[in-house]
Amino acid sequence: MRFKGKDIISINDMTKPEIIHILETAKKMEKRSSKKLMQGKILGTLFFEPSTRTRLSFESAAKRLGAQTVGFADPSVSSVKKGESLWDTIKVTEKYCDVIVMRHPHEGSARLAAEAASVPIINGGDGPNQHPTQTLLDLYTIKKCQGKLTGLKVAMSGDLKYGRTVHSLAAALSLFNCRVFFIAPPELQMPKHILDELDRRNIKYSLHPRIEDVITKVDVLYSTRIQKERFPNEKEYEKVKNIFILKQSMLRGVKKNLSIMHPLPRVNEIMKEVDDTPYAEYFEQAGNGIPVRMALLALVTGVIR
Amino acid sequence: MTAAKKEMKVPAIQKGTVIDHIPPHAAARVLDILDLGDELVTFGNNLSSRKMKKKGIIKVSDKMLRKDELDRIALVAPEATLCEIKDYKVIKKRKVQMPDVFAGMLRCFNPNCITRHQDMKTMFTLVQKDPVRLKCHYCESTFDKDQLELL
Repeated sequence: MRFKGKDIISINDMTKPEIIHILETAKKMEKRSSKKLMQGKILGTLFFEPSTRTRLSFESAAKRLGAQTVGFADPSVSSVKKGESLWDTIKVTEKYCDVIVMRHPHEGSARLAAEAASVPIINGGDGPNQHPTQTLLDLYTIKKCQGKLTGLKVAMSGDLKYGRTVHSLAAALSLFNCRVFFIAPPELQMPKHILDELDRRNIKYSLHPRIEDVITKVDVLYSTRIQKERFPNEKEYEKVKNIFILKQSMLRGVKKNLSIMHPLPRVNEIMKEVDDTPYAEYFEQAGNGIPVRMALLALVTGVIR
Repeated sequence: MTAAKKEMKVPAIQKGTVIDHIPPHAAARVLDILDLGDELVTFGNNLSSRKMKKKGIIKVSDKMLRKDELDRIALVAPEATLCEIKDYKVIKKRKVQMPDVFAGMLRCFNPNCITRHQDMKTMFTLVQKDPVRLKCHYCESTFDKDQLELL
């Protein structure tokens, strides 16, 4: 398995052994001091769209490895404003760094950047398409909490139609033979092409309208935000929104090992009272972005194998 | 009926390519796909066909079709047959082949796809043959062939 020079564009490009190797490397990153691993290397952070967690955690991961960072968090101050093509921007910025993490509003932009660049490109989110490092940190969190990835019962709730994190997570979990439960209002259920793919891979899944239908059966509940703009009017949104709020009272009878996850930011999908339960893993999950991104940076720049 | 007695609705060509068994609704599109100069072209549509009731046929003298023309034809008329003609005889006959990759010939249906915003070549891969489903190499969305506009 060779990671040096590899682009991280889509979870769909990754094999199961590659995913396992990244997660194992992330675990090592948590255990050992890696302050000098990337000394002398530079991470380019090209954020054509605002991001707090992804950008900060990549910068933090790079610094923990001894690397430096250059980049921008606002395209209005970059040459894009002057009409430069993405291809040219990448061709120029690759000269300034050893690895690039990029977030861009257009789907497929990371793939194009990877074709232009000779240094590795890590996709930090290409519009509603892919966000592979989020999926990897989700898998890392599940593995860390549950001790395994194979054969788990995982429920996903909220906006399953437009949420890229749940699309990628469903695809990734299908490699580990998990049983999945999709909880969403009918208008925001998992798209057919994702369900077809699960059928092709013989993955057992079911669709549900309420969290209470499955919460006592599952090992993981992955909650996501329902966005107001997805609904035709405020009334429809209000009706649905309240069904998908996770309250402490709904956790009666759940499995002891239940992990509640959320890609954050949350609005009100998980009530604050749930934070104090032993099941809440979402802040740990955000923190797990650091070892996972450290592992990716170290692997693709070839400082470790 | 012998070949000699059979009436030819579209005149034979001495040398070139015949595209046969084109579904009538796709015949004009196939004609449009062909990159034609001063070649002699004869065309018939809604002709009787034993195999498909009605069909279109296009005969082009002195022309061998290029790969990109063949790939485009495979998309609009996957049932079509190609005949290579020499001295008025069919020397090679085959069905059009659906390629695995379509490069630079289809416009992505997804308005947010990077290919719609940058000066670049599109690329699609065939993910399902019947019915045809194509996946954009860039935005990873999957489409029916009718959703994608030929460039």
